[in-house]
Amino acid sequence: MRIGIVCPYSWDVPGGVQFHIRDLAEYFIRLGHEVSVLAPADDDTPLPPYVVSAGRAVPVPYNGSVARLNFGFLSAARVRRWLHEGAFDVIHIHEPTSPSLGLLTCWAAQGPIVATFHTSNPRSRAMIAAYSILQAALEKISARIAVSEYARRTLVEHLGGDAVVIPNGVDVGFFAGAEPRPEWQGDTIGFIGRIDESRKGLPVLMRALPAILAARPQTRLLVAGRGDEEEAVERLSKELRTRVEFLGMISDEDKARLLRSVDLYVAPNTGGESFGIILVEAMSAGAPVLASDLDAFAQVLDQGSAGELFPNEDADALAEAAVRLLADPERRTALRDRGSAHVRRFDWSTVGADILSVYETVTAGAAAVATDDRATGLRARFGLARD
Amino acid sequence: MTTTLIWILVVLVAVGLYLSWTAGRLDRLHARIDAARAALDAQLLRRASVAQELATAGVLDPAASIVLYEAAHAARQAEEELREVAESELSQALRAVFAEPQLVDALREAPGGEAAAHELAEAVRRVPMARRFHNDAVGAARRLREHRKVRWFRLAGHAPFPLAFEMDDESPAALVERAA
Repeated sequence: MRIGIVCPYSWDVPGGVQFHIRDLAEYFIRLGHEVSVLAPADDDTPLPPYVVSAGRAVPVPYNGSVARLNFGFLSAARVRRWLHEGAFDVIHIHEPTSPSLGLLTCWAAQGPIVATFHTSNPRSRAMIAAYSILQAALEKISARIAVSEYARRTLVEHLGGDAVVIPNGVDVGFFAGAEPRPEWQGDTIGFIGRIDESRKGLPVLMRALPAILAARPQTRLLVAGRGDEEEAVERLSKELRTRVEFLGMISDEDKARLLRSVDLYVAPNTGGESFGIILVEAMSAGAPVLASDLDAFAQVLDQGSAGELFPNEDADALAEAAVRLLADPERRTALRDRGSAHVRRFDWSTVGADILSVYETVTAGAAAVATDDRATGLRARFGLARD
Repeated sequence: MTTTLIWILVVLVAVGLYLSWTAGRLDRLHARIDAARAALDAQLLRRASVAQELATAGVLDPAASIVLYEAAHAARQAEEELREVAESELSQALRAVFAEPQLVDALREAPGGEAAAHELAEAVRRVPMARRFHNDAVGAARRLREHRKVRWFRLAGHAPFPLAFEMDDESPAALVERAA
């Protein structure tokens, strides 16, 4: 099958959607499909052979932060050329509602189009207005995928219609097979995420830390991620600061080894999560998970049976649960076993097969993807379009 | 006088273009419904065929075979207006027959059973998918057709009002639970 995948965010910036697309593309290539990924990238970035650059993304203020987006004639032309040269059986657009490549592709293509919705934004006036503008382009999507039941609900509320839920994939074997590092073992709590982004929840964990250390002084907290380390620990006393180790940015291999080593992985995120891939990675590596009770997290943790949940932003509850778990090796072993069995549904072998069945369902009997000349406007309508 | 005329002409042309664009949108949606319906039919037919094959293969006990055969046969022969009921009954029959994980295991162990179980699991998993895509397209077309501009100018022409395909498509848990 010839598959075209559209990535809306810069390939050179690491992010959840980019990693998802990379893993998905490589999974399909291993199965023998032909895959081409269209992604924004600087011209001098080295790209894997299956990625086609759609040009440099422009930083624009959008949705409360500066997003790097692609739009305009040049990008639209590149999209059309990519569609034309690729002659795909199906195209898979990620995040079609962001005003970038995904939307341009939706506009320019006709034929079997699959779209994955990653985010779950709270309902806002601007969003509703934007959606009604987008509607005409989004109507072309033949199959919608939401990454979680929560993301699907947001999608149904905003756009109407329906979507199938297929979770994000994780290479379970990679995490399960990593070698633990002795210096990260022995009464350790792990945290991975941006230090200075408060919705990742490190401040909540820092507030809980004094109580945890009071009950179990031998505990160490290992923090991996970018950000200002001084600022993160400024509320802690001198002695407590020595129990926190910052590892900075770590490689994928070290991330897997860290998750394999820790006695407890804590995800204190306070909001804005639509899936929670890190929880799946932690469970794959066999780390017992303690997470805030966000909708998305509760779903990934099977409503608390594959990992423990604590009330969001409640540092006392977090401390109480962490102390209880650290003191109870049997409960941790039970969580480990339950988690390892639970993550199999998130492995690429399952997730990839599900996405492939979506492709097969929409391509059965349908013509291949082509550029949509109706959408180019008046020239086509009056028969003046160049071929 | 002439300027007024020119303006009226410009507005008429603009309205005409907008209506023609909307009609194009509607046309595309109808085509999408047709494609989605064909895909749904294909998946339903596939499911009924595999179920019927299993029922006659002699790997199940006679009672289960008869239940499954009846339901699959009824689903394949159903009149258009009774199709949703018949397909729902096939779902129920599949759930009843494959309620026990042991039976699924026994099926997998029988000669050729592994392939048959896999085929049935695939079909059972794709029916809800295809149905969701179909109903999604129907919903989008209905929302557009209910709009004033479409009703007043009869942009939908003679195309029948699209109907969602409603059925019970809950799959037998023991069958689709893979690798676990």
